[in-house]
Amino acid sequence: MRVGVVVFPGSNCDHDAWFAVSRNLGHTAGFIWHDSDRLGGVDAVILPGGFSYGDYLRCGAIARFSPVMQAVRKFADDGGQVLGICNGFQVLVESHILPGALLRNAGLKFICREVRLRVETAASPFTHAAEKGRILRLPIAHGEGCYYADNRTLDELEAADRVAFRYLDNPNGSARDIAGILNQGRNVLGMMPHPERAADPLMGSTDGLVILQSMVSAYAVR
Amino acid sequence: MATAITPDLIESHQLTREEYDRIVSILGREPTYTELGIFSVMWSEHCSYKSSRLHLKKLPTRSRLVLQGPGENAGVIDIGGGYGIAFKIESHNHPSFIEPFQGAATGVGGILRDVFTMGARPIAVMDALRFGPLQDPGAGARNVRILEGVVSGIAHYGNCFGVPTVGGETMFEASYSGNPLINVFALGIVKHEEVFFGKAEGVGNPVLYVGAKTGRDGIHGASMASAEFTEAAMEKRPNVQVGDPFMEKLLLEACLEAMQTGAIAGIQDMGAAGLTSSSCEMASRAGTGIELDLDHVPQRESGMTAYEMMLSESQERMLLVARAGREHEVAAVFKKWGLDAVAIGRVTASGRLTVRHRGQVVADIPADALARQAPLYDRPHNVKPYRTAPLEGPSFRSTDLRRDLETLLASDDLCSKRWIWEQYDYMVRTNTVAGPGTDAAVLRIKETGTALAMALDGNGRYSYLSPREGARLIVAECCRNLSATGALPVATTNNLNFGNPERPEIMAQLVESIEGMAEACAFFEVPITGGNVSLYNETLGEAIFPTPVVGIVGLMNAPRPATVDFKEPGHAVILLGGLGRCDDAQFGGTQYAKHVLKSLWGLPPALDMEYEKRVQAAIREIVAEGLAASSHDVGDGGLAVALLESSFGKGIGAQVVLDSGLRPEFLLFHEGPSRILVSTPQPARIQSIAVRHGVEAPRIGDTILGKVEIRNRQTPLMDCGVLEMKQLWESGLEKLLGSSSKL
Repeated sequence: MRVGVVVFPGSNCDHDAWFAVSRNLGHTAGFIWHDSDRLGGVDAVILPGGFSYGDYLRCGAIARFSPVMQAVRKFADDGGQVLGICNGFQVLVESHILPGALLRNAGLKFICREVRLRVETAASPFTHAAEKGRILRLPIAHGEGCYYADNRTLDELEAADRVAFRYLDNPNGSARDIAGILNQGRNVLGMMPHPERAADPLMGSTDGLVILQSMVSAYAVR
Repeated sequence: MATAITPDLIESHQLTREEYDRIVSILGREPTYTELGIFSVMWSEHCSYKSSRLHLKKLPTRSRLVLQGPGENAGVIDIGGGYGIAFKIESHNHPSFIEPFQGAATGVGGILRDVFTMGARPIAVMDALRFGPLQDPGAGARNVRILEGVVSGIAHYGNCFGVPTVGGETMFEASYSGNPLINVFALGIVKHEEVFFGKAEGVGNPVLYVGAKTGRDGIHGASMASAEFTEAAMEKRPNVQVGDPFMEKLLLEACLEAMQTGAIAGIQDMGAAGLTSSSCEMASRAGTGIELDLDHVPQRESGMTAYEMMLSESQERMLLVARAGREHEVAAVFKKWGLDAVAIGRVTASGRLTVRHRGQVVADIPADALARQAPLYDRPHNVKPYRTAPLEGPSFRSTDLRRDLETLLASDDLCSKRWIWEQYDYMVRTNTVAGPGTDAAVLRIKETGTALAMALDGNGRYSYLSPREGARLIVAECCRNLSATGALPVATTNNLNFGNPERPEIMAQLVESIEGMAEACAFFEVPITGGNVSLYNETLGEAIFPTPVVGIVGLMNAPRPATVDFKEPGHAVILLGGLGRCDDAQFGGTQYAKHVLKSLWGLPPALDMEYEKRVQAAIREIVAEGLAASSHDVGDGGLAVALLESSFGKGIGAQVVLDSGLRPEFLLFHEGPSRILVSTPQPARIQSIAVRHGVEAPRIGDTILGKVEIRNRQTPLMDCGVLEMKQLWESGLEKLLGSSSKL
């Protein structure tokens, strides 16, 4: 599988995602510059963590208008796999590719720590290699990761089995402990925790690999 | 419109009459107002090291690994595989007192630029922080605000920039109440052949300005950092710069990419004294001159004078020298990152810094006179270093050793600093094998398959009691922190934080600290490759404890460090180095003396450097052989605190039986050096390695589930549950922050 990692000027987990895909997973990864309106024929897209354009306004608010996001939107509409991690999740909600918003953490502080997540659905290209209910240990590192949506949207997400992960110990005040959600077509996942930081035994957990491996095998049987 | 140079004006620029006369004789005329400003910042203590330079020469600076020693933007050492690391520590004490958030943020920004100026990509930051006590009835609320501001400033800058903050230390003393210390260490990785220098080489080459526009912020920041604080300090808020980590990130990527073009001849960050220091230092190092035309300087505000532009400390700016005819290659890279690269001058053969503004020459000064030939003072120091603490302490007898331990674990100095470091992204770049809260941070190096360890250490109490011994002890301790993980310490950067050097008893502290550090760095073979001196750390005539801080880096062949936590019950617990020695005097600088007895007296612990070296060689061999299930330096708080610290991670404690004639308080809490707490399934093999190194290695007990029990011979000394103690330790800082904010 060829994975394109989008690089905004303020992305800072771009190289980590590249390393996880190419070195830990053994697949091909390349970078896609933010002002490109083409994705170069990749099989999946990762929107990495960081601070896209500085994010002094709302996180991801400017990235939404970038040329690359128009291409990502089309790719997603055509059923391509898009994984938004941390800032990438923020960009996806700002772009209205995923519903809701990410607010400042309830404690108003940046939090960097390993958290436990529960896999809420195995019915997605990102989670099918894990069984529902499995607990993953993944790091978070964000100041604005409090997932918010109105109750109707939350009910809809739950009814359509679109909540991918929930926190076991909600670190940021997210509504209904939500850590990651899918789009309606189930081919776009946005999540605050960082699977690419848990893809190497040296980093203390390899639980993130199950997400990347799911993507690979989902692509293979497509 | 020429400003008259009056004695008042000279004094307000913190130049002495003698210094002014020297300026006149260098120029052969009276300086212009702009020139006066330029001299004042370049000859400030902050930029010229005029009080310390003479003594800094005593420090060892070479080894076979040192590729670049002091004098550049950062030192560089060889880590093998064709790669080097550039690293340095720098203070931002004064700005952080006035404006904690921006002061600390721009402190991080400044040291990061020093590192990537060398061509190195920053991969780690650490911070040594000192604050006044949070529970102080008078200054507590302010100290809380300073701490919260500093921590969020560091987090803001480092997290956005994308460099992990992997370690550091935070300590508290009343002497830092009006003068916190913010010392930031940064480290980057670079290929040998891609190291860049701050040299203005090649006559005729264009001088380019890149990065943020110049504003009026930070004018005279360097001079501010070279004077004591008075009550008027808060009026200096405009002297503090404002940081933009996103701009810095763009600058980093653009600089590293532009360096790849081969079109850059030299580069330097515009740090303290901005355009002035970068231009004259680059010219001085290369033996060339620089001509600047300020009309081309990108400006954020209108109507800026030459004086303001030359002295501005606006952040996120770089000066670079491009190879003539290839400027466009550099400009193209900067444009890609949305940045301008503007030609503002050229390299000349004149040896002078010549500055034009609106068609007039506003400054014309020999570059060497500003940089290399700045004043050098041999300040009087033939007195005893300043101290008021007595040699003898109070007589005391503990009535409840367990409560003493609880007091220590919950104290500001020894409690968990999780509240601080969880605000830092310590994992970005996925290299952090051991992060904050350990003896030393360990990073894997993806490029070489090896690993680096790094730690910061300083101890104001020890240094106050004896500057010479204090400096030797922190070098030994920092090396021990690295060795405990299995790394071989190889090089040092230092930050010397002291009071007013014009006071002989303060100058004596500085000189003795440098001499002690020089001796220890030479002995442990960890030469100094660069650093920073911060003087005038005084508020209203009250100096801080003398606080030298060292940052030492170590090398490991593979990223497999020993870690602090006991791993499973049933392992043997060995105290490598033995129980150590202590007497009444040597107990006076301990955390026990401070937090339980509320006192400070005597001398620091005694250090036998020969023995220390053998202990460290032994632990490195033990770790390399894979024999240490855990390994933890016995430091502040002594053996009892170290035992608990090793227990907290997995809830596995230890049953310990000691055999010592020391009184219980000393036995449990003395801070004698050269000791490492090791747990292992193979005690015999460890003991045989220890014998070979001539090091004591008593087996003091075994790991057990959930409890720490300590006896000395037949006498029970301690019996506590790990979880209860952990609760106190984990919540200590938050309690202190919370209780004080409500004052």
